[in-house]
Amino acid sequence: MLLSSLIYVPLAGMLLVMLLPKDNHKLIRWTALIVSLIPMVTSFWLTYDYFINHAASSAMAYVEGPFNWIPTLNVQYYLGVDGISVPMLFLTGLLSTISLLASFNIKVRVKEYFAFFLLLETGMMGVFAALDFFLFYVFWEIMLVPMYFLIGIWGGPRKEYAAIKFFLYTLFGSIFMLVAILVLYFTSEPHTLNMLTLIQTAPTLSHALQMTCFIFFFIAFAIKVPVWPFHTWLPDAHVQAPTAVSVILAGVLLKMGTYAMLRISWPMFPYALRELSFWIAVLGVIGIIYGALVSIAQKDLKKLVAYSSVSHMGFCMLSLAAFSSVTAIAGCIFQMVSHGLITGALFLLVGVLYDRAHTREIAAFGGLGVKLPVYTGLMVMFGMASLGLPGMSGFVSEFMIFVGSFMVLNKVLVGVAVLGVVLGATYILRMVQNVFLGEFDLARWGNLTDIGKRELVTVIPLAILTLAVGIYPKPLEFLMSATLQNLVNLMAR
Amino acid sequence: MTEHAYLIGLLPLLSFVMIVFALRWKEKIASGFSIACILTGWVMSVTVLIEQLSSHSTPYEWFYKFINFPGFNLEIGIFIDPLTAVMLVVVTTVGSCVQIYSLGYMKDDPRFSRFYAYLSLFLFSMLGLILANNYFMIFIFWELVGLTSYLLIGFWFEKRSAALACKKAFITTRIGDLGFLIGLFLIGTYCHTFNYGDVFSQAASGIIPLGVLTAIGIFIFAGAVGKSAQFPLHVWLPDAMEGPTTVSALIHAATMVAAGVYLVARSMSLFVWSPEASMVVAIIGIVTSVMAATIALVQIDIKRILAYSTVSQLGYMIMALGLYGYDTSQGHHSAGYVAGTLHLMTHAFFKGLLFLGAGSVIHGVHTNDIRDMGGLYGKMKVTAVTFMIASLSIAGIFPLSGFWSKDEIVATTLHHPIFLFLTLLVAFMTAFYMWRLCFMTFFGEPRDQHRYDHAHESPKVMTYPLLFLAILSVFAGWVAIPWLPHGFSSFVYHGEIHHASPSWALMIISLTVALSGIGLAYLMYYKKSISYEAIGQRFRPLYNLFYNKYYFDELYQSILINPIMAIARFMWTFDAKIIDGFVNLVGWFTIVWADIKMLFDAYIIDGAVNGAGWIVRQAGHLLRFTQSGKAQTYALSIGAIAVLFAISKYEIIYLTVGWPTLTALFVTALLLLKLATRYFSADKQMSGSKTQED
Repeated sequence: MLLSSLIYVPLAGMLLVMLLPKDNHKLIRWTALIVSLIPMVTSFWLTYDYFINHAASSAMAYVEGPFNWIPTLNVQYYLGVDGISVPMLFLTGLLSTISLLASFNIKVRVKEYFAFFLLLETGMMGVFAALDFFLFYVFWEIMLVPMYFLIGIWGGPRKEYAAIKFFLYTLFGSIFMLVAILVLYFTSEPHTLNMLTLIQTAPTLSHALQMTCFIFFFIAFAIKVPVWPFHTWLPDAHVQAPTAVSVILAGVLLKMGTYAMLRISWPMFPYALRELSFWIAVLGVIGIIYGALVSIAQKDLKKLVAYSSVSHMGFCMLSLAAFSSVTAIAGCIFQMVSHGLITGALFLLVGVLYDRAHTREIAAFGGLGVKLPVYTGLMVMFGMASLGLPGMSGFVSEFMIFVGSFMVLNKVLVGVAVLGVVLGATYILRMVQNVFLGEFDLARWGNLTDIGKRELVTVIPLAILTLAVGIYPKPLEFLMSATLQNLVNLMAR
Repeated sequence: MTEHAYLIGLLPLLSFVMIVFALRWKEKIASGFSIACILTGWVMSVTVLIEQLSSHSTPYEWFYKFINFPGFNLEIGIFIDPLTAVMLVVVTTVGSCVQIYSLGYMKDDPRFSRFYAYLSLFLFSMLGLILANNYFMIFIFWELVGLTSYLLIGFWFEKRSAALACKKAFITTRIGDLGFLIGLFLIGTYCHTFNYGDVFSQAASGIIPLGVLTAIGIFIFAGAVGKSAQFPLHVWLPDAMEGPTTVSALIHAATMVAAGVYLVARSMSLFVWSPEASMVVAIIGIVTSVMAATIALVQIDIKRILAYSTVSQLGYMIMALGLYGYDTSQGHHSAGYVAGTLHLMTHAFFKGLLFLGAGSVIHGVHTNDIRDMGGLYGKMKVTAVTFMIASLSIAGIFPLSGFWSKDEIVATTLHHPIFLFLTLLVAFMTAFYMWRLCFMTFFGEPRDQHRYDHAHESPKVMTYPLLFLAILSVFAGWVAIPWLPHGFSSFVYHGEIHHASPSWALMIISLTVALSGIGLAYLMYYKKSISYEAIGQRFRPLYNLFYNKYYFDELYQSILINPIMAIARFMWTFDAKIIDGFVNLVGWFTIVWADIKMLFDAYIIDGAVNGAGWIVRQAGHLLRFTQSGKAQTYALSIGAIAVLFAISKYEIIYLTVGWPTLTALFVTALLLLKLATRYFSADKQMSGSKTQED
């Protein structure tokens, strides 16, 4: 029941919000926030309980089902989590609440906004808990709808364009996923959509079929990650989306791509994975370098953070290509968590500045460190985390990814990827220098105020977790190690 | 005490946390707490050193497995051997002096507490770097000192130059760290551990292929090149002088920049197996040393002279260590290891003193430009005297600290004539530029009367640390007097203890070189019997080259920074125009395709349906004429048909007409008829005819 409650409490919350009077904004906000606290606390408790009771084995925990749902198609209602989905559920629970809190400054169509947001949470939780393809697909698609409206209604000047682009791009990928799912369904005997069964049976398919399915899944998931060159929806969506939606987009939605790869296509098609791993690594490295270079050229603060996501998710792809190394795969999960925390916080902070200054143009600022010391401190801290400074989560993940992939992949390729470390420092420090250091324009920005209490509440938990994971990564590593070992064995078949 | 040595590192961390979260607004308590922490650390460090001395250098190690993976783990731990103990004492000593000195120097700064917080964070990182027992951990602290260096260089971040300098420092050192990282990955891949002892024993046992070992050595050295500001990554250190002078003293003279030297010394067990890597180290060291010394000859900013001097002296140490590795790999004895580490220690004291002295001068006259100084000896006696003691020490005058360590370095180069020559050349230049600085600052006529009048000696919190460091600058090197039975060389050593026998000839040569450097400076800048302007004119191109720092900044700007920025901008355009352009093109094409389909639908498909109805209707219209009931029409029809029959009968038309032509004729006829009827009906009803017709 635990996992179902994670999924359906937000849905119930959505219905509740819809029943509230339209003009009572305060009531709507607080209802949504309080409802989202339930899955958050549940996901925390789940993480804790998994850590204590289940982390030692790689078996699925908190399993619900499989119940027959649509018997004629053998569709099942089947939920369960293991060491790679628990951190994602944790992240979803946390970031959803934080984003809802960060959405308190939404002024128009408040009721719809919060309703959509809760529906979004349902979709995200569902994706990370589903073990049946049908269920997975449903949640994967459900999420698109609220996201489309959240960007399209409450977004920036080019919101319609960004929303449609996001929606269609993802849908385009989903078609490939659907085809691959159908192939798996019809080739299995008896026909099944159970992921765990298919992980056992899929590697016996013919090589050509494995390759096709792998590529089809890859297209679907790569768009979500996004892997270069499928990434161009991301900067548009990020820049146009309201702050809280950007946080969810970067913090959770991107992770779905990498999560789905690890959950589905990687263990199901080890043959194709072996054949294509070099090219996946190449795409990852291109993403790292390319994303960082494009970030350097950005003039808009939010776009800079958006492109840095392309670079950071490139690290994930690099580690996923090094599938035979537990260290690298663990680094991937670390990077997913860490990127969720750090980039989430960076988007929140950029939003804080935008709310005050009504511009995100880097060149418009300078010397803000004088006027906004706390804000500057936080921004520099997360900037440092983003460029992989030790003591923060980004370093742990990058280090694990590099060490792991250096052992099993082409050393020159990984050596090129390490360049991303310097480029990362370049775009972050250029931004810090131009926005926070140097001379302060008193006439223009004299009435800026430092970060407020509510905004601090949204950022501080992320700061604490970033530091905690960076200083003491052992618990997180223990949480996933058994699962990862099993996963690596599956991928090595 | 040794087993509690971790506390030495943790105390400054405690101070940092306390200042940030509790003592931020209480400046006096904040600085006091910070100083108390570092002084306690100093006492503990000295105790550790004494214990190491008495325990006959048995290393102490403690570690904790941080992350476990099959066949691979990351650990944090503490490793204490004589080298660690010496470094601890050096860092806590200079750290204490700088913190006390800063009470006066930073007195009126609005961010006073923050300064102490940063200093504490730096000391924590630096001590952690020294205490580390493995490469993973040293890298963590390696990066953290980089962060604190960044924060402290940019401490006065309102100044644009400081903002640029801190960014430059961080990015430049990070380029070196890139190499360090790759070195770490190589170690991880081939040794499956980062622990010093395990890595070294694997290197010694020959498991690691020689090529890989060389690569590891060179890549790790790249990290040292960045941090210790060696050629070609030395460009950040002079700019780093934008930070407060106390920061320059602590971080950019005595401790952090020496971390690279420490790293090479620590990894010596790798270098001794690879003559190639060692030679690279030695060559980079001497090249840096000569280059930086030549630049220091002509600079006019007091801190920049000292900065280039630091780069040059670090090059000395690096060269000594490199030569030690090379000689040892060839089976020769060498004093290089002892020389490098000894010079690291003595240099920390006298260079720390020089910077603090410079800070005192700047505090007094409010300028960095030595052309605006002069004759300050009378105004600030303590500063001047201690500064000159340090200058004598760095020049290598008997019997000060610098003499002994420099002597060891010269001894190291004995079997390498080119290195020997260049080392002595650097020694000469060092003596010259240091005393050029002394004479221009403290002697002669005041060149800026206004500044001179306002110059004053610094308060006691600033001069006492100077005196303390002056004492160390004189005596610290005495631990390495060759006649001492249990001196430095039998305490800090690598491999076997090797006593270098004292060489009178060498000592006299190096002393002569140093004295002649000072003498030349005396003649040029005190007696003015040799005109430096004339020499400057004579060697104009060389002077320009040195004065402009070999144009490295301009070179990097044009071959590195500008191209990278251009590539970044190009990539951005590429992304927006090509990749995204393709996506949008697909979208646009889909829309156009949809439009075409819509047109097709509206005009062809639907048109066909409507067309069919229209044809039937028109046919009706047409046939209506045949049923008009008028006799004339029927007669006309009969006539026409008769004509047609007649024509067909006589086969006037020899054309074979197929159904398409017939259809076309039929439709054309209908159209004509339609036009005709419309024309007529339009005549009759002025409007609404269409509706009626259709």
